[in-house]
Amino acid sequence: MAEIMANGLARRTLVALVENKPGVLARIASLFRRRGINIASLAVGASEHSDLSRMTFVAEGDPSTVGHIAKHLDKLIEVVEVSDITDNNVVWRELAMVRVRATQESRARVIQLANIFRVSIVDVGAEAVTMEITGDTSKIDSMITLMQEFGVEQVMRTGRVAMLRSALSQGGEDGEYGDQISSNINTLEGFDSGSV
Amino acid sequence: MMIKTGGQIVCEALVREGVDVIFGLPGGAILPLYSTLGSYPELRHVLVRHEEGASLAADGYARASGKVGVCMATSGPGATNLITGLATAMMDSAPIVAITGQVNRGAIGSDAFQETDITGATLPVTKHNYLVMDTRDLAATIKEAFHIARTGRPGPVLIDIPRDVQAAEIEFDEAEYDKPVSLRGYNPPTTADEDAVAAAAKLINEAERPVILAGHGVIISRAFDELRELAENAQIPVVTTLLGISSFPDDHVLSTGFPGMHGMAYASLALDQADLIVNIGARFDDRITGDIKRFAVNSKKIHIDIDPAEIGKNIKVEAPVLGDVRAVLNQLNPMVNQTTHTEWVQHIEHLKAEHPSLRIRESDDLLGQQVVKAISDATKGDALVVTGVGQHQMWAAQHYQFKNANSWFTSGGLGTMGYEVPAAMGAQFAHPDKEVWTFAGDGGIQMTLSEFATIAENKLPVKIAILNNNMLGMITQWQDMVFNKNFYANSYTGNPDFVKLAEAYAIKGIRVTRENELEGAIQEARDHPGPVVLDFVIRAEENVFPMIPSGQSVEQLIEESL
Ligand SMILES: Cc1ncc(C[n+]2csc(CCOP(=O)(O)OP(=O)(O)O)c2C)c(N)n1
Repeated sequence: MAEIMANGLARRTLVALVENKPGVLARIASLFRRRGINIASLAVGASEHSDLSRMTFVAEGDPSTVGHIAKHLDKLIEVVEVSDITDNNVVWRELAMVRVRATQESRARVIQLANIFRVSIVDVGAEAVTMEITGDTSKIDSMITLMQEFGVEQVMRTGRVAMLRSALSQGGEDGEYGDQISSNINTLEGFDSGSV
Repeated sequence: MMIKTGGQIVCEALVREGVDVIFGLPGGAILPLYSTLGSYPELRHVLVRHEEGASLAADGYARASGKVGVCMATSGPGATNLITGLATAMMDSAPIVAITGQVNRGAIGSDAFQETDITGATLPVTKHNYLVMDTRDLAATIKEAFHIARTGRPGPVLIDIPRDVQAAEIEFDEAEYDKPVSLRGYNPPTTADEDAVAAAAKLINEAERPVILAGHGVIISRAFDELRELAENAQIPVVTTLLGISSFPDDHVLSTGFPGMHGMAYASLALDQADLIVNIGARFDDRITGDIKRFAVNSKKIHIDIDPAEIGKNIKVEAPVLGDVRAVLNQLNPMVNQTTHTEWVQHIEHLKAEHPSLRIRESDDLLGQQVVKAISDATKGDALVVTGVGQHQMWAAQHYQFKNANSWFTSGGLGTMGYEVPAAMGAQFAHPDKEVWTFAGDGGIQMTLSEFATIAENKLPVKIAILNNNMLGMITQWQDMVFNKNFYANSYTGNPDFVKLAEAYAIKGIRVTRENELEGAIQEARDHPGPVVLDFVIRAEENVFPMIPSGQSVEQLIEESL
């Protein structure tokens, strides 16, 4: 099931394989914008095909509207494949770089905590260290919370990248958004356009 | 290998796509292309007076002919003027290819004279668009654009071509034209999954009170015979959407009109009372459903559509069938049992008798309804009918009795005032020998009547019926019924004399003010070989009924007391 957030909006994860051409991101963004869907995170990079990129979106919005967005994306000519993998068995990771204040006195403790969480330190300065955290969102969230007492100076997160688990592992159903068809009824109030 | 300019490649590609007419207006950024256009007499260029006229004419041409409509404009203001027509075509799935000039490649992004990011601006109102940065890509792009425009769920495609890309000379291999289109991300469905069709057939065979809701998809896929076969074989009453009008003959016993905001009461009631709705190529638009929570709650739904994003978008569907309407009906029809539904069909007849939505009341003043009925009678339902948007559009939809498939063209999705004149022009170009009537509002016609000149110049025998209430009639109606008679900005005091205006363009003008003049005037217009403007001065304070107010349901249906 989609995560339903405190404000009643749903959060869904989508993965798309798209042509690597100028303007493609604008087309995709335009579909989200028009429907009032917030892109909570977006990761884009090369795929196994030299001319196609793979994108992972985390989208937040009205449950029926986000539930339907994969179908709209699939209509874009340059979107070769798209699946809503929210309800599937997926592996997903996020990477974050966090710069934490670390003075003479606190540095040892910061590094100790980093080690416990298997977080690597990638840069050390006089007053701060930068750590690289890979994992799921909650691991990154807890690490950042933990570091608050020392002072978190900067956070840079990549957003999720996700992939369906391969067939050998115990999985959910396959990732066709078609399964959700009949439950995706528009639930917005004032559906009528009210126009003349 | 031959040396060719970009402009030549564009023209030759258009010829190969079977284009015979282009609606356009030149400007600096498209002049290199225009300088070659004259060498290709197969491509008849129609010089419009405003680019919105070009895109709306291309839309009318496309709907009437089933071919791709083509329009052209220069960069900047020329291109932005096309947008309303593109949006109209997008909403109603009409295949159009728009070609726009763009500033030279080197100037793009510099706010050069007449530079507009038209691919950016048209993102949400085109099915796809292109900015062609290399002359070598032109042939393939045009082929792709026509393919995308006309296949799957059709729609407008825009190709923006920088001036220097049109002018450049390249070594060109004719074989480029014949390269097949291959688009990994675009594979529109044709036939449907057998199980999905079987599930739909089962619902139809089990239904006691089925209704077919036939939409624009039936017309686009030319599935008239297949629709009729389904309806007759299982004796299923057919309601159409506004855009589905003329997908099923109005004089057929099973024809049950169109439902929704200004549809026939019996059509809305039939949908409400049905136990199964077979939606064929319609999109459960809000003008039909009203309040979706209360729409047709007693029925299961089958939804046949080529666009997966339409299925389940607004209404819960028990049997989704993804595919081309005609292909799907060919799969479905053999699986549907022959039956009669006698009681249900009789009940529908009863609804029609109890709710005579098409009865016209007595009136001393001329009524818009009377005008439409008189034209329908005079033309015996044989004309191609175009409309603007507003009350006259609804009266035309209600009172014209269509006999022929695909003979009704209206802007249903966008509701584009100003559609009436240019789209009629496009329809007449598609069918030079057919009688084309357009119903216009005195409001909408003033948005695009610059095309009177184009109609006169090209000697198009379009009959333009203005239902002149000196008002934005539909606005007046809403202010009357929904805004407590708080009338504002709804009436005109400075309308032109439309008869004199027509005559200024050397178009015949006829004014009609009384019901007993209708027949003679319509006859006179039909006998005249050229274009005619008929100024029907109709009663102003007249509302369209039936009416289900916006966002309400059939329970709030308002009928006229006769
Ligand atoms: C371009 C555009 N602007 C505004 C509207 C809103 N609108 C819908 S109907 C209408 C009145 C149309 O008046 P007219 O063309 O005279 O037709 P009537 O309703 O009087 O038959 C208006 C303003 C519209 N549909 N399209």
